[in-house]
Amino acid sequence: MSGTAWKYGDNVDTDVIIPARYLNVSTPNELAQHCMEDVSPGFVGSVRPGDVIVAGENFGCGSSREHAPLAIKASGVACVVASSFARIFYRNAINTGLPILECPEVVQDTEQGDQLRVDLEAGTIRNLRTQQTYHTSPFPPFIMRIMECGGLIPFTRQRLGGAERSSIDTGEGPGD
Amino acid sequence: MPHTIAEKILADHLKDSGRDAPSEPERELWPGDLVEVAVDVVLANDVTAPIAIREFANLGVDRVFDPSRVVMVADHFVPNKDIKSAEQCRVMREFARSQELVHYYDVGRMGIEHVLLPEQGLVVSGDVVVGADSHTCTYGAVGAFATGMGSTDIAVAMATGQIWMRVPETIQVVYHGELRPWVGGKDLILFTIGQIGVSGALYKALEFSGPAMEGLSMAGRFTMSNMAIEAGAKVGLFQTDEMTCSYLDARAARPYVKYKADSAATYSQVLEIDVGLVEPQVAFPYSPDNARPVGEADDVVIDQVVIGSCTNGRLEDLRVAAEVMKGHQVHSNVRCIVIPGTQRVYTEALREGLLEVFVEAGAAVSTPTCGPCLGGHMGVLAAGERAVSTTNRNFRGRMGHPDSEVYLAGPAVAAASAVKGRITGPEEVLLQAR
Ligand code: SF4
Repeated sequence: MSGTAWKYGDNVDTDVIIPARYLNVSTPNELAQHCMEDVSPGFVGSVRPGDVIVAGENFGCGSSREHAPLAIKASGVACVVASSFARIFYRNAINTGLPILECPEVVQDTEQGDQLRVDLEAGTIRNLRTQQTYHTSPFPPFIMRIMECGGLIPFTRQRLGGAERSSIDTGEGPGD
Repeated sequence: MPHTIAEKILADHLKDSGRDAPSEPERELWPGDLVEVAVDVVLANDVTAPIAIREFANLGVDRVFDPSRVVMVADHFVPNKDIKSAEQCRVMREFARSQELVHYYDVGRMGIEHVLLPEQGLVVSGDVVVGADSHTCTYGAVGAFATGMGSTDIAVAMATGQIWMRVPETIQVVYHGELRPWVGGKDLILFTIGQIGVSGALYKALEFSGPAMEGLSMAGRFTMSNMAIEAGAKVGLFQTDEMTCSYLDARAARPYVKYKADSAATYSQVLEIDVGLVEPQVAFPYSPDNARPVGEADDVVIDQVVIGSCTNGRLEDLRVAAEVMKGHQVHSNVRCIVIPGTQRVYTEALREGLLEVFVEAGAAVSTPTCGPCLGGHMGVLAAGERAVSTTNRNFRGRMGHPDSEVYLAGPAVAAASAVKGRITGPEEVLLQAR
């Protein structure tokens, strides 16, 4: 898939991703109407399915509100690429099936409006303007399995259903 | 092998080790290990519970793992600010009733969750607590491995009594020296976050230790653990000492296990802070790590002051604020809002005459609620307005309009600023004749 890059800085917090004044609802489509509006008033009107958010360190810091990844996902964004993620957001994104990738190099080289092609399975990102391809570090196997199931709920359903109650592999990479 | 508090608590909660037999069988954990642990308490509030309940239903499970260990508190948008928040609260209330949750708190009995749970003795030393609220880390002050998560994680924890975690590395912060007058837990944690930054402890545990912590009140410790997340940390732990035990013995509903770190434990970083050098702090917008001594904020004129929240809504905080405000008037250009953290804090503040001090000074006193802390209700800011607040976040738009500003401070600075109409320390007010 490919889409336009929306570029942001470090420490994008959950209050700007979805301001608390809209937390009196929890349906993803309603939340998406206000995604990023305090820092990026044009975002909601112009974001297209397949677009990519590219941000610096500690993306999603602040509140535990799952409304944040839900709003981003429902707005059509296909993937968030950041130098690093705040830990609760990291878990929430994986649990709710919002694709995320950690890759500081992409963040450094990408400009607002660049066209990016993301291949989640291969973990690669290609910048169509600069013709550069980047490889991201793979997630630990346990987290990969959650993602492959489509999130924590289907993953847990499968396990509760008696299917393979495997133990957790110790993996590298940024945990929760 | 020597271990940090975080490693020890998680090892004792490995799902095979059994809750009743801590440390048996002994298995060691190291930072980076991905583990599944048993949880002692699961928490959600009126904002996060509705999504957790929806996902719980999607799991196809009928009952929560233990109705006495799933706690729900209506605190964010209550008393309900509008129809939509009333509907969200109803979802939670109906779930709590149908699941027969023992600890469900609604208007008139509730408090802000992170003041309420320790006060009610629901979280104790050695617990693993997960909450669908980022400030769940507050309970590190009583020696609990407590951390915030999203609603989906909480749904799974409610159903299974277990959660997956990555064992964090630990940063030790050692505090030495004598506290200056009017310096409390809030000033120390703002100063610390100012040193390490809002991502300084990302994916890590913080351990607060050192001689200066021994003299800090439980309220001060709660304030510090509460803001561990503001440095990106997963938990902010204190060792369980005499002060913790006397706090817990007066209220704990369950037996507890004491933990302290081994002296040879491995830390990813050790930070030494001489508290004698720390002045009352103010964190400027729009980041909690933008902390400066109060003297540098002298010319900042304000419109509102909020005293309360899960950070500073305890009785000790209200006492400090009342001590500064007593006999003075809130500045004519300032709206001052005081919110006791729980019903009990409210009653005790009433008995001690603190609420009278606030009301006579021209402040508004509210029933417990998160309200203004997250820009929900009870004191939302207009464009260009500035507030001094004892809350924990000053992100853009946190308390209202994206062009409003929040300055974070402790209760002494907040009360003094309310009187003066601009940011100032308590000395200036106390020197002035009443
Ligand atoms: S007082 Fe503020 S920070 Fe604390 S739980 Fe409520 S909204 Fe969250």
